Amino acid sequence: MLQIVFDSLSLGSLYALGALGIALIFGVMRLVNFAHGDVIAFSIFALLWPSTDAMAIVFAGQLPWYLLIPFVLLVGAGLSVLCEIVVFRRFRRANPATMMIASFALGFVIRYFLLMLFTSRPKSISLLPMLSQPVEIFGARLPLLQLITIIATVIILIGLTLFLRRTRFGLEMRAAAENFSMARMLGIRANRVIMGAFALSGALAGAIAMIFGSQTGTVDIQMGASIMLMAFIATVIGGLGSLAGAVLAGFLLGAASVIMQVVLPVDARPFRDAFVYGAVILVLLFRPQGLIAARGTKERV
Amino acid sequence: MTDASLSTLPPALANPRKPARFALARRTIITPILLSLLILAVAIVTVMTGSRPFNQAMIDIMVRVVLVVGLYIFIGNSGVLSFGHIGFTCLGAYAAAWLTINPLMKKTSLPGLPSFLLEARLPYWQSAIIAALFAGLAALIFGKVLMRLSGIAASIATFAVLAMINTIYSNWESVTGATSSVVGIPIVRVIWPYVGAAIVAIFIAWGHAISRSGLALRAARDEPTAAAASGVDIPKERLIAFAISGVIMGLGGAATAHSIGVVTPDTFYLGLTFITLAMLVVGGMSSLSGAVIGVLLLSALIQALRWLEAGVPLGSTTFALPKGLQEIALGVIMIVILALRPAGLIGNREITLFRVNRNK
Repeated sequence: MLQIVFDSLSLGSLYALGALGIALIFGVMRLVNFAHGDVIAFSIFALLWPSTDAMAIVFAGQLPWYLLIPFVLLVGAGLSVLCEIVVFRRFRRANPATMMIASFALGFVIRYFLLMLFTSRPKSISLLPMLSQPVEIFGARLPLLQLITIIATVIILIGLTLFLRRTRFGLEMRAAAENFSMARMLGIRANRVIMGAFALSGALAGAIAMIFGSQTGTVDIQMGASIMLMAFIATVIGGLGSLAGAVLAGFLLGAASVIMQVVLPVDARPFRDAFVYGAVILVLLFRPQGLIAARGTKERV
Repeated sequence: MTDASLSTLPPALANPRKPARFALARRTIITPILLSLLILAVAIVTVMTGSRPFNQAMIDIMVRVVLVVGLYIFIGNSGVLSFGHIGFTCLGAYAAAWLTINPLMKKTSLPGLPSFLLEARLPYWQSAIIAALFAGLAALIFGKVLMRLSGIAASIATFAVLAMINTIYSNWESVTGATSSVVGIPIVRVIWPYVGAAIVAIFIAWGHAISRSGLALRAARDEPTAAAASGVDIPKERLIAFAISGVIMGLGGAATAHSIGVVTPDTFYLGLTFITLAMLVVGGMSSLSGAVIGVLLLSALIQALRWLEAGVPLGSTTFALPKGLQEIALGVIMIVILALRPAGLIGNREITLFRVNRNK
């Protein structure tokens, strides 16, 4: 029982962090960033040396953990900011559909860039191997990693909340999310806020990459896609643009996946994700605006 | 449209006479005719060259015309991006496979099919029609739910539909053969059925666009608040377009199945979604001509990049692009076109005989 709780919390953490990364960018520029999943994949591949072998040649991955973690986060943030400067800045005035397609294309470019360097074969990698030992808590044996995932997520969430609530930059970002043109008129620099949002979102992508990479022990150029899909769905269920909603919905999706894995009969288990998507559509039937509807997303006339 | 009716408003007020019944149809029919002639011309050139790989490449293009026109019917007219339509293509392709594979083969490879499907062996055109209707029915059911959402939320929810269909078809061993490919679909190597399908799709798209529902939907795309205030039931009009485009996507799926003879769930996933959306957006999302021209242009580009990837003899050395560069180039070109021309190459105009007409 406790095992289920921890499983769903740690899966939910991944989805929540992903959803947060997407919701942050959506909040400030109404961009649904389809390249997010590929930023996740990229930040983990940055640890490897380009090769076509199945066994990964670790390059930066041998750093001690206190350097490794900042490195991955920085790679994610850097790539994300680069995407903003090179691509998304050109689309500030475009309508959301055009931006969405552009981000889709950008994600494609990043993915095939990785494919060119690393081929499409999944590679095995052991990141932070000391985390895979089990620990015993309240009579349940869990991998230490699961515990750390949950703790790290909680720390990230608290940190982000403090950042958004207590710092000037956080205030600017929240103001921009609420009403972008009004915020600009009151003297908030658009470029700075948007780049800040991209950097945060990229760092979150790096965090997901770390957690996911050490959980599965393999890296794959497709690995971002499945998390990203769930994260997108979480942002929609949570209410587009609402950060709290995104996190809540991420944890709910994680819980739903784990519970269905346990409850469903064995024959139906491969279809778990289909059931989760079906449940999502049902939720949207009853709350089309999401669980927590954000202010400022509804178009004013 | 609006411009024309505005300028004729005073006489229309003085003399409240209804416009001639098929005035709109007569004025716009030249577009689908020209597009069909373009496609026929491509097909005739193909048949005249008589080269088999070229024939196959042109069949692929015709199939993509069907798919992208199907996307246009919903995305172009409603302005809501959908990532789920390739899911309906998947449904159509498997339905066509179930209906046409030799029953003896089906009994061993797909034993879980219901008996009426196990015994069925229809000619390809009948199976294509049934597959299209099946996909349309699925689109109607999904659309009923999805069309209640607002634009961006609906777009992402369609993604869930795509993933859901893909998960089911990749795991339902006894009915879809899971991730292994379903073989034995009769292959049609003549180009004419595909040309026919493309032309049918173009005319259906045109017919929908000038229908009452299509006009209302485009009004809702451009001015949602005003349209809703004028009594346009936006979810209903979107649902109609979603179902019609589902039918066309199913037709395209059946055409894909018969053109390559093999179906796997991953043929109909993110890759195809990306390529077809790219074609639509590059050509011009809200224009039927844009959809067709986008397919022709990007297909030519992809073909050229493939050719370069395979290697071109250049003097004594062979010049070849590394693998994966084709997709990267495609993505970069798309981003550039979108940055320079956010409305696509054609914009929201249509080709007509006399002048390039604004189609609003």
